[in-house]
Amino acid sequence: MDWFKRKKNSLQPAQKKDMPDGLWIKCDSCAEIIYRKELEKKYYVCPKCDHHFRIGYETYIDILCDEGSFKEFNKNLLSDDPLEFKDSKRYSEKYKATVKKTGLNEAVITGSATVDKQPVIMAIMDFRFLGGSMGSVVGEKISRAADKALELKQPLIILSSSGGARMHEGILSLMQLAKTSAKLARLARHNVPYISILTNPTTGGTTASYAMLGDVHIAEPGALIGFAGPRVIKQTIGQDLPPGFQRSEFVLDHGFIDFIAHRHELKRRLSHVIQFFLHQNEAS
Amino acid sequence: MALKKQKFVYDFEKPVVELENKISEMKEYALSTGVELTDDIKRLERKAKQLRKEIYSNLTRWDRVKLARHPERPYSLDYIERMCSYFEELHGDRKFADDKAIVAGLAQIDDYSVVIVGQQKGRDTKAKLHRNFGMPNPEGYRKALRIMQLAEKFNKPIITLIDTPGAYPGIGAEERGQAEAIARNLFEMSHFTVPIINVVIGEGASGGALGIGVGDRILMMDNGWYSVISPEGCAAILWRDSGHAPDAAEAMKVAANDLKNLNIVDEIIQEPEGGAHQDADKAAEIVKKTIIKHLNELLKIPVEQRIEKRIEKFSKMGAWKEK
Ligand SMILES: [Zn+2]
Repeated sequence: MDWFKRKKNSLQPAQKKDMPDGLWIKCDSCAEIIYRKELEKKYYVCPKCDHHFRIGYETYIDILCDEGSFKEFNKNLLSDDPLEFKDSKRYSEKYKATVKKTGLNEAVITGSATVDKQPVIMAIMDFRFLGGSMGSVVGEKISRAADKALELKQPLIILSSSGGARMHEGILSLMQLAKTSAKLARLARHNVPYISILTNPTTGGTTASYAMLGDVHIAEPGALIGFAGPRVIKQTIGQDLPPGFQRSEFVLDHGFIDFIAHRHELKRRLSHVIQFFLHQNEAS
Repeated sequence: MALKKQKFVYDFEKPVVELENKISEMKEYALSTGVELTDDIKRLERKAKQLRKEIYSNLTRWDRVKLARHPERPYSLDYIERMCSYFEELHGDRKFADDKAIVAGLAQIDDYSVVIVGQQKGRDTKAKLHRNFGMPNPEGYRKALRIMQLAEKFNKPIITLIDTPGAYPGIGAEERGQAEAIARNLFEMSHFTVPIINVVIGEGASGGALGIGVGDRILMMDNGWYSVISPEGCAAILWRDSGHAPDAAEAMKVAANDLKNLNIVDEIIQEPEGGAHQDADKAAEIVKKTIIKHLNELLKIPVEQRIEKRIEKFSKMGAWKEK
């Protein structure tokens, strides 16, 4: 059982910027003014109150994957604006502007990587891209990642950070729920492990599909996790919501999360779960 | 075709409903007084038919949404009682409760014993509350799953009737895992070995609809709507004003024709002229005939192939390009 004794990974500072510019950052939760470099070193966890700031995919790659191990798949997959959707502006223009502004091609990045030398297939959503919304491309990339995991019999890890399905692609976005769930069902039938990591926020169609279909569900502390958004619920029932409603701790209490992992512990605990599933018992 | 007297009338229906009312008044008058009006009546009937055709071939998507919500439109149980020679409703998810917003049970349609699951709305205020406006809680999806698993175990095809303004957004629904309940159904329905036919009979709002909407065939009535969010919900977010729902319905392309063009829906079921609410018997007859046709086709496909085809069908959904 030596794999239980693995040492904690030493923290390595994230290099890239996910946060607004400036030397100092104010904590959303405790209002503490924090020196940016210090926050970076702590992977954007408030040193005073442990608030987990929302971070982009590249920081999660730094946190979860062995250095330099992440190899991206399907990075050139782009939305085709199937409905030629338009509200106050065209979706196609909004999309282009988002690509330009964020430097991302879509709301999920998929690829292969190693976690403590264990090969995995990884999908990381990014809230900066249209609120991490799931449209055709997100559904397709997640589906291809699941297919790859099945082909290579490597564990699949999906880290969600998403407001739900993307309205601009209408029914096609909705069908991504069915598509990804079908792929995960196939993966499950072949006993390939799938671990879902839920970060702030994971709501709507994302929760009502792959985020809730893991063999193990891991949440970051304080993340908003649910189906309907709190504002919609409040409007529907016409009363205030209880404190902590739909936060990770609440969802854990109600039985839909396996455990909550502090960001500094996320890799170690994820890694052990992977090792546990892959370990073959032999008679001694 | 004997038209029942329509109580609830939308603006776009008004010209034709008024004309029809006039025709029935003339008929009554002719009958009671013996005055000869046959030619006039015939002429007006032709005119009404023409008018109906014009109105209904030029409906906006928002008009379709309204028709899908017509208070006299047939609901799941209206179809079930007309299509089935036998129906025994089964209740409860065996975990928490019996959700009245979903009905499910054992049924006989012609020679086929099948399991039917559908969202159920209520007609009057009391029934609406009883049915929670057709908005299921997690236990509704879990009841649906339990009874679909019975179908799987005893090799019975599954028919689902979709008609919901959405899964219920409430505190209890979140506590009991609305998202997980829906996700679990998508996961399981993708791999059942029995044939599954989904019919959108009215409203198909988001994950709440899809939660019983994975199957080998997706059929949709021509006045149904189906999308990722309700037009009002979309308008409230993107236009910051739910009054823009008609614009959202257009932009999201929520009508049956749109879904056929996007390769989501396999067949559009034509409703009786003027909408299913004009003639529930006829509507049920058409739905039944279409279900039987698809069932016959599906039962001829070997099981493994059918599952592969189902997964393939959903895998193809979406639109993307590779740069
Ligand atoms: Zn703080």
